[in-house]
Amino acid sequence: MHSVDFWSMTFVFMLAAFVGFDVIRNVSRLLHTPLMSLTNAISAIAVVGSIIIAGEQKTTLSTVLGTIAVAASVTNIVSGFLITDRMLKMFHQQGQKR
Amino acid sequence: MIENLTAAAYLAAGALFIFSLRWMSHPKTARRGVVAGVAGMTAAVGGTLLHPEIVGFEWIAIAVVIGTAIGVPLSRVALTAVPQRTAISHAFGGLAAGLVGTAKYILWLPEGELTGFRMGAISLEVLLGFLTFTGSLMAAGKLQEVIPTRPITYRGQNVINLGLLGVALLCGIGLVLDPTQWFLFPLLIGLSLAFGVLLIIPIGGADMPTVISLLNSYAGLAAVAMGYVLENKVLIIAGALDGASGLILSIIMCRAMNRSFSNVLFGAFGQVQGGPADAVERKPVKSATAQDVAELLELAREVVIVPGYGLAVAQAQHRAFELYEQLTKRGIRCRFAIHPVAGRMPGHMNVLLAEANVPYDALVEMDDINPDLGQVDVAIVVGANDVVNPAARHDKSSPIYGMPIIDVDKCKTVIANKRTMNPGFAGIDNELYTADNTLMLFGDAKAALGDVVKALSGESGLGH
Repeated sequence: MHSVDFWSMTFVFMLAAFVGFDVIRNVSRLLHTPLMSLTNAISAIAVVGSIIIAGEQKTTLSTVLGTIAVAASVTNIVSGFLITDRMLKMFHQQGQKR
Repeated sequence: MIENLTAAAYLAAGALFIFSLRWMSHPKTARRGVVAGVAGMTAAVGGTLLHPEIVGFEWIAIAVVIGTAIGVPLSRVALTAVPQRTAISHAFGGLAAGLVGTAKYILWLPEGELTGFRMGAISLEVLLGFLTFTGSLMAAGKLQEVIPTRPITYRGQNVINLGLLGVALLCGIGLVLDPTQWFLFPLLIGLSLAFGVLLIIPIGGADMPTVISLLNSYAGLAAVAMGYVLENKVLIIAGALDGASGLILSIIMCRAMNRSFSNVLFGAFGQVQGGPADAVERKPVKSATAQDVAELLELAREVVIVPGYGLAVAQAQHRAFELYEQLTKRGIRCRFAIHPVAGRMPGHMNVLLAEANVPYDALVEMDDINPDLGQVDVAIVVGANDVVNPAARHDKSSPIYGMPIIDVDKCKTVIANKRTMNPGFAGIDNELYTADNTLMLFGDAKAALGDVVKALSGESGLGH
């Protein structure tokens, strides 16, 4: 592990945090509940790490842990996106049919 | 070749996630945000499945089936249960991070791959992941009321909690210095799990919106730590977005209650009340019938409805919409004033009212509606109490002093619906109810609003 990788990852982290604060600050307050379920689904991107551990099958224990982690992440992806969309469908303007 | 493909898929996923959140800035574009999110996730998962180290797909497939089987019903819960669902998904996010960190430790230890940097990142990932896991389960239990919602406190609580966290951090440092001290690892897991529980039990039900947001932030940071462990930048990006979102929401919640983070986490709010408020003699209240209220509303030009969580508890959202419809039909301007902490999580009340068909342009934030309240003829307070208590503005001895409120007392007339004269959630007396321009409409919110709607529609049938 080169220290260059650490710094480049930290740069990515810093930039993403700034983008995050900026983008989230502009989210309509009306939508803070759907926002939370959406970011929940997005941070379930942890699934990519879990998939490799469950798929490389190096030891039984690591495969079991990876499989549980994939199941937990997929739960968040599926329920997060579905419920966000379900809530957003309910928002409509005056005089507009939903 | 495949490596480049995977990297490109991750890059696309990172960009799509940012677009996804950008489009949440307005209800008109928000659904596009979900599409972008799904596309990003599909790209990232697709890119990962190409990974040459994957030798078998059977366990992945089983896990996907299980996750879908749990996820679909979880997405269909009643909207009043969305806070619990959110807390549970924070728990799953934390669990996944904790387990991946543990698996990586187990895999790298015999290979001698645990550099100081990796061990530090794993320790943080495991700590954040497992404390988010148990903490979120506790929060979900409190929201579902399977665990007592009142704060559970004991002597020396903060010292014990901080001591526990300190020991957990020492375990992490010990592992960084010498990763082969493997017994420290289960100790770190145990302490993190215990810390999550102990962190949440002293926090009262009224503070849950802040706590959910804070746990959201922790879940995001756990994903960032996982990104460092796996050297995966899309994880760092998505985790940072999630962490930033949770942090911003918790700051908004804290401000809306005029409290600091440390006060929420270590203050045990809603436990000991009393003091001067109890000693004050109660002034008599004026009560009104549904008929009186309907007549008042007929003469109004501008009406504001202030809903609190009590509205949802009484299942009165649809009655509130019918009232809105009756008033709008007569050319009376009717809006809903939404306090940031109305409901059990950020933005909860908006979702509950949108479900009842209320258009979003009639939902107005506290800061936007407060300057208009002087011109409002009638304010109807339903299921809200502390968020309209004028004591927050002037009574320094009140526990809610300094909390921003919806200034309904400035409206010409206030109709306050309550079941009885008992004080509200935080146990604080509300002088609004005894004010000269306030009329009390006693009864269950659903029945009371229903009667007002009936009286209004009855009149329109006779007169006009």
